[in-house]
Amino acid sequence: MTYLPKPKFHHPSLPRNARGYTRRDYEGSISTLCAGCGHDSISAAIIEACFLSAIEPHRVAKLSGIGCSSKTPAYFLGNSHGFNSVHGRMPSVLTGAELANRDLIYLGVSGDGDSASIGLGQFAHALRRGVNMVYIVENNGVYGLTKGQFSATADRGSQSKKGVVNTDNPIDLVSLALQLGASFVARSFSGDKAQLVPLIQAAIEHRGAALLDVISPCIAFNNHAGSTRSFDYVRAHNEAVNSLDILGPREPITVDYAPGTVEIVEQPDGSTLALRKLNDDYDVHNRVEAMNFLHHHAARGQIVTGLLYVDPGAADLHASLNTVDTPLNRLGEAELCPGAAALEALNAGLR
Amino acid sequence: MPITSVNDFVIRFANINGSGSASANEMFARAILRMGVPVAPRNIFPSNIQGLPTWYDVRVTEDGHLGARGGYDFVVAMNPQTFRQDVAGLEPGGYLLHDSTRPLFPGQLRSDIEAIGIPLTAICNSEYSDARQRQLFKNILYIGALSALLDIDMAEFERLVGEQYKGKDKLTAPNIHALHLGRDYARAHFACPLPLRVARSDKVGDRIIIDGNSAAGLGAVYGGATVCAWYPLTPSTSLAEAFTRYCARYRTDPATGKARYAIVQAEDELAAIGMVAGATWNGARAFTATSGPGISLMQEILGFAYFAEIPAVIFNVQRGGPSTGLPTRTQQADLIACAYASHGDTRHVMLFPENAGEVFEFAASAFDHADRLQTPVFVMLDLDIGMNKQLCAPLSWDDARRYDRGKVLDADALDAAKDFGRYLDVDGDGIPYRTYPGAHPSKGSYFTRGASHDRYSRYTEDGAAYVDKMQRLLRKSETAKSMLPGPVIRLAAQPTRFGALYFGSTSAALHEAAELLAGHGHALDLMRVRAFPFSEEIRRFIADHDMVFVVEQNRDGQMRSMLITECGVDPTRLIAILHYDGTPITARRICEMIRRHCEAARITPIRRVGS
Repeated sequence: MTYLPKPKFHHPSLPRNARGYTRRDYEGSISTLCAGCGHDSISAAIIEACFLSAIEPHRVAKLSGIGCSSKTPAYFLGNSHGFNSVHGRMPSVLTGAELANRDLIYLGVSGDGDSASIGLGQFAHALRRGVNMVYIVENNGVYGLTKGQFSATADRGSQSKKGVVNTDNPIDLVSLALQLGASFVARSFSGDKAQLVPLIQAAIEHRGAALLDVISPCIAFNNHAGSTRSFDYVRAHNEAVNSLDILGPREPITVDYAPGTVEIVEQPDGSTLALRKLNDDYDVHNRVEAMNFLHHHAARGQIVTGLLYVDPGAADLHASLNTVDTPLNRLGEAELCPGAAALEALNAGLR
Repeated sequence: MPITSVNDFVIRFANINGSGSASANEMFARAILRMGVPVAPRNIFPSNIQGLPTWYDVRVTEDGHLGARGGYDFVVAMNPQTFRQDVAGLEPGGYLLHDSTRPLFPGQLRSDIEAIGIPLTAICNSEYSDARQRQLFKNILYIGALSALLDIDMAEFERLVGEQYKGKDKLTAPNIHALHLGRDYARAHFACPLPLRVARSDKVGDRIIIDGNSAAGLGAVYGGATVCAWYPLTPSTSLAEAFTRYCARYRTDPATGKARYAIVQAEDELAAIGMVAGATWNGARAFTATSGPGISLMQEILGFAYFAEIPAVIFNVQRGGPSTGLPTRTQQADLIACAYASHGDTRHVMLFPENAGEVFEFAASAFDHADRLQTPVFVMLDLDIGMNKQLCAPLSWDDARRYDRGKVLDADALDAAKDFGRYLDVDGDGIPYRTYPGAHPSKGSYFTRGASHDRYSRYTEDGAAYVDKMQRLLRKSETAKSMLPGPVIRLAAQPTRFGALYFGSTSAALHEAAELLAGHGHALDLMRVRAFPFSEEIRRFIADHDMVFVVEQNRDGQMRSMLITECGVDPTRLIAILHYDGTPITARRICEMIRRHCEAARITPIRRVGS
């Protein structure tokens, strides 16, 4: 980390997005993570994605649990409200927040310890409810803040920095998310900004539970030989099935890829995803095939990345609960309180 | 001698869980109520769906004593499993109504009671062929018999049956037929009415009958709660269910049919309180309903909400603890678990409603307190007032009343403000200003965290900043004292050096006990505590009496401990009057325990010889 204060000075020629914001408007305070941490690359990707999608920073609520990953919301979107909750409980806090105001964008940031160990229950239930959110797991397979213990996503047989071999089976959050009914499931790598940024943009545009599992090597405790979450290992075993381009609602769709390798996915807000297929066998709309594909490649030691599944027509929790269009936090006495007359009528029935 | 009494007795229905007795028994209680005679029904049920014993006690009380009395004068013994115990518990001279289809064994009865045998099974078997009907109408049959034996107006039952089956009219006639079968049998075989009976009166007035959990659910609707996250847990489940029911009735947008509320059955209590914290942080009013085991699970986020200053309303319908304890019995044993919930130094707000009527009031106002104080507020019910229907004043609401959303800065206020710091004590009352996410494009955003933070909600490990925060939370606690409902004091007719301090569901039994004690010549000043942190008035009341009986329903005298700690009271002046076997505290028990102390205190010291 650096102790140099970040200058507030903006270069006048900084590029602005459609809403007039510069990249600087999406930054947060200076990261206190280790230099070279994969998580900082993810923060940078979030900033880039929000800039490119011209998200209004104050319309985002960023929530997290506990751990290195959960500290990162302080390092991006400084003009957004943040909620650094307790360990493993971000999903429930986010669910409550999203129920209160359906109009904001909810960015849940978590880690593998936070989501796969202490918070596995809440991870699962938030996804199966279809909470409209972007759930990013910054997955390094290790507990960084407490100095190098295995997390539940660490591969069986992988070695810790101290040389301990992990004997427990790993939890694959992507497979779980598919099984639990998440309507947008993707995996990426913190070192692959070109893949990660559009995935974040697409996840924000998706209405429903979007899970983004981002392999993010821990340079302090999980970047050594024997680790399956090191930069070298992930680069060597990355099997990208597709890459994305995001097209805004008003941009003409220009397809400049070879026929048969691009699929256009319409999002509910009218925007479009141009999905460049790298693997012709892969169908992003088939949940069962996606699960098979993942297992097949996992058995060969490959880490499948890209957009793995998307259901653009998914219903979210608000649809299930049939809540009013106005955010609940904007309803007042007139809409909420039945009043004295109703109570008198009720009393009459209680005698 | 058979007990002779008009409008003052306790009748116990001993049934088998799941046999359909509950609605028949409730109809019995309501019919008496409709005759203008106050009743206090109590359901004593097992943690079971079908097969285990269940009892329903109805106290018929012209004098309006709604607390549990203890003992019973009449028993409808419908459960062979508990027959012996049900007969044994009957007051001498009491009455036993039993199914005489099979003869009783010698020795199953007592010589000092009046046995009333009615061949209920035989009548039902000859009348009905369907097994379920035989079971259900047996309950109606004994209600019919009771109407003759206790002189309860048949017309009231007929009206109640009509109301109950409104819309399902073909069920009305068979039920009325069954009532008459029982009534006719009783009239033909016994001298009706018995010396123990009901007579029409005018003591009910416009009072209503409602259970505390329903009143709480309704109060949450009136109080503007829009998010409810809960996990099923006896005895709090019916609270969330009541909220669901009332929301469907009152909160459905008439134009679109959409819901102006969101109710989530969470995966556990940790998630339930997490959702509440997320929703209130984001500007909605939210609550959860739970009981002791749920409180144990919610500890971490409760501490977070205290420290990060997030409103929350938690209804704790207390049951017997610790652990699973007595899941279907009542206690007031979560005071300390709630008052100081979570690790570190905490102090949470608690409200203690005495009955369903006050539950409604406190349920609605708890949301104002939580928003104003930006902190969790516990509404402390217990199973006795939560799950039993009680007679109480009609619920009322002032249409001029506005929700107090507390110190919230909107976009205009943020533009007008010189400076925004989430945890700045601008007004000196310990309560800072907050903003809702999305309020303003460039002002008022902040980072909520459970880690130590400064006045601008920035992370800090600085000791002075931490102490500054903790001290302000204490100032906020002082502010709370002046806002929360104060104690209710009832002074004795003559000056006395004895006081009694009580709270919550103990109220009805205690007021009756005070009358009994006054009859024995022991005058007591009474103080009902309605909120924590304790106000100055509470400390003063204790200071003004030589001896204060602290009456509560737990083993360790938790209220007493808190009074000693919080008010710095000399422990010897606070006498613990405790009851914690899971049954509701009774006037008889309170009276007996306090009387013993009063009489011991009355002994004048022996003068030393030669002095």
